[in-house]
Amino acid sequence: MAQVSTEKVIYNRAGQRVVSPDYLLFEAPRTKHFMTGSEVVKEAVKRSSVDASVSYPITPQSEAAHLIGELWVEGYVGVYFRGESEFGVMSELAGCAMAGARCITTTSGPGTLRAMENFPMWAGTRIPIQLVLMARGINSPLSIQPDNLEVSFLLDTGCMIWYAENAQDLFDMIIAGFVVAEKPEVHVPLITVVDGFFVSHTREAVMLPPDDIALPPYDPYKAPMPVIDAEVPPGRFLRDPFVMKSNYISYATHASWQFEVRAAIERSRPYARHYLRGLIEEFGDPEAEIVFVACGTAAAQSKEAVRLLEDEGIKAKVVKLKTIRPFPVEELINATKNAKTIFVPEFNVVGWLEREVRRYLYKRSDADIIGTPRVAGGMTMPPEVIVKEVLKILGKEVKHVI
Amino acid sequence: MSYKIYQVNEALREFVPREVIDLEERATWGNPKRGVMDLPYAKELIEEHSLCAGCPESMAFRYILASLPNPEDTIIVNSTGCTSLVFPHIALHTVHSLFGNQNAVASGIKRVLEWRFPEKVKDVVVLAGDGAIVDIGLDCTLHSFFRQEKITTICFDNEVYANTGGQESGSTVKGHVFKMAPKGKQYEKVPMWQLAIDAGCHYVARLTVSSPKRVEQVVKKAIYVAREVGPTYIHLYTPCILEIGLNSDDGLEEARARDKERFAFFEYATPEAQEVINRKKEEGLL
Repeated sequence: MAQVSTEKVIYNRAGQRVVSPDYLLFEAPRTKHFMTGSEVVKEAVKRSSVDASVSYPITPQSEAAHLIGELWVEGYVGVYFRGESEFGVMSELAGCAMAGARCITTTSGPGTLRAMENFPMWAGTRIPIQLVLMARGINSPLSIQPDNLEVSFLLDTGCMIWYAENAQDLFDMIIAGFVVAEKPEVHVPLITVVDGFFVSHTREAVMLPPDDIALPPYDPYKAPMPVIDAEVPPGRFLRDPFVMKSNYISYATHASWQFEVRAAIERSRPYARHYLRGLIEEFGDPEAEIVFVACGTAAAQSKEAVRLLEDEGIKAKVVKLKTIRPFPVEELINATKNAKTIFVPEFNVVGWLEREVRRYLYKRSDADIIGTPRVAGGMTMPPEVIVKEVLKILGKEVKHVI
Repeated sequence: MSYKIYQVNEALREFVPREVIDLEERATWGNPKRGVMDLPYAKELIEEHSLCAGCPESMAFRYILASLPNPEDTIIVNSTGCTSLVFPHIALHTVHSLFGNQNAVASGIKRVLEWRFPEKVKDVVVLAGDGAIVDIGLDCTLHSFFRQEKITTICFDNEVYANTGGQESGSTVKGHVFKMAPKGKQYEKVPMWQLAIDAGCHYVARLTVSSPKRVEQVVKKAIYVAREVGPTYIHLYTPCILEIGLNSDDGLEEARARDKERFAFFEYATPEAQEVINRKKEEGLL
């Protein structure tokens, strides 16, 4: 985490001055801009010395992918093209990463599932690709609206999963994401989730560092696996012959390899804590007995609900989860110590975050855990709806009827 | 880099298996004129093989690896199937990721290597079966051709899903009975070599492994053309002797029989490809 020496100025291929991740994220002066989530993806990629990106159209992530293409034209990204499908794109990007490139791509909803077979392969191959997932839900019936059901399918792929609340989060997370994912002892893919439309298409104020500075370029020779470039002794991505044989060494190798991928995610915790300024963010009355555990837009709306509840004389707080994999277990236990009731508001019908919260708080919290409110298919989650649910469950008079 | 990446660390030499030391000392590196004639003398880049005794695919592997003009800077991308059992035995950089995505992975590797090492020649070669290339991976195969990726794709066509126990594939001949086609295949063999031409390959060849020298010539042409012009495709007949009821010493005869019919030697080159081939002939490399 040492800052790049100021005596010797280093430039990346795009001619930007290379600075340390800490300088770029925490120290560089920032100016205020008014941008959509898609536009901040471009701004983050522009400052991340990205080598390769492959794209495919799907609403609502397409604009972010177009803008990365513009960066390629401008010389900020080395390799860029449109692939044949999300399955093809994620495989093309795997090839790019194996050959030693820092890679990013974007997808949404059904595209995520079309690409699905690739994500455990990325993790098992130990390539630190970053996927910005602009969540939209999945078919059928067809919908292009905000919904984050696809995230539940990604939880056990062996990829890290971070969840950005707004455009500012997304900008900082993309940059921090490369830094954490590329640590040699981590070196697994990262899926940075953001809610489609609510963030991708909404313009808001963001603070950005100058664009003539950028992250240090990716050094593939620090990877835990040999890069496939014929510059180092061969690495075999099928690994060793015994992996493909039917014997106990083969079984044990396969099992331990998968454990190691999960262990690598665990090893990301200290880095993520540093670069994300904590795996969770708390908002509201620290001692409150009513706690919202949420991520993304649901966290933003819960913050508004906390303000409304305050007007009712009810103390509440929000625990916003910035990382889902690794799951911020200790942080959540500490933050819910006083909780009597934990609400998990979500933008999907299955309540995957509620399941996660229950799993990790099992026997570690006496609070009631309630998966509500839950909206899906493009519905919004007005803070009044959250407040109404809380008042109803607390047996109080519901004044806020929408 | 160079074949130096295959040099054994002196401090470890006494612990390194003989075949690895042989690779350093007796394999043909840095010589584009290497070829199948080296087979009896040089250390091969494949250490034994894990296929059935007499499998024609093993012949294909040996001839192809002996013919690579630039093995020290060649990346091989494979797919799932019998071929994936062999890759751990190959000395070069090889990749297996998923079943059917081989041409997509190869596209990514080739583009990034061109960008990272613009001054170097790095060949990317796909070696995969007919299931991977013609069926499950057809979109990735064809789109890599449409995009004019500078890679060589070699299909080992055994006309069946052999590794999973003998199921019909798109490459199976119409009427042949296999599992999942208990009444015989209902439609024609997919003419992948023709699709490759239509999709924009600059050099296409269809042949069997009956002639090692011919395999060498075709592989070298395909790699040289891919380097300079665009995608190239080789369709090789590598019958599964088990699934068609032959003995382990019947593979060569089976290949020779097909030389006279559906795998009769066929070669196609665009004018740009022909120019490269002519130049390489003048340079004595073909």
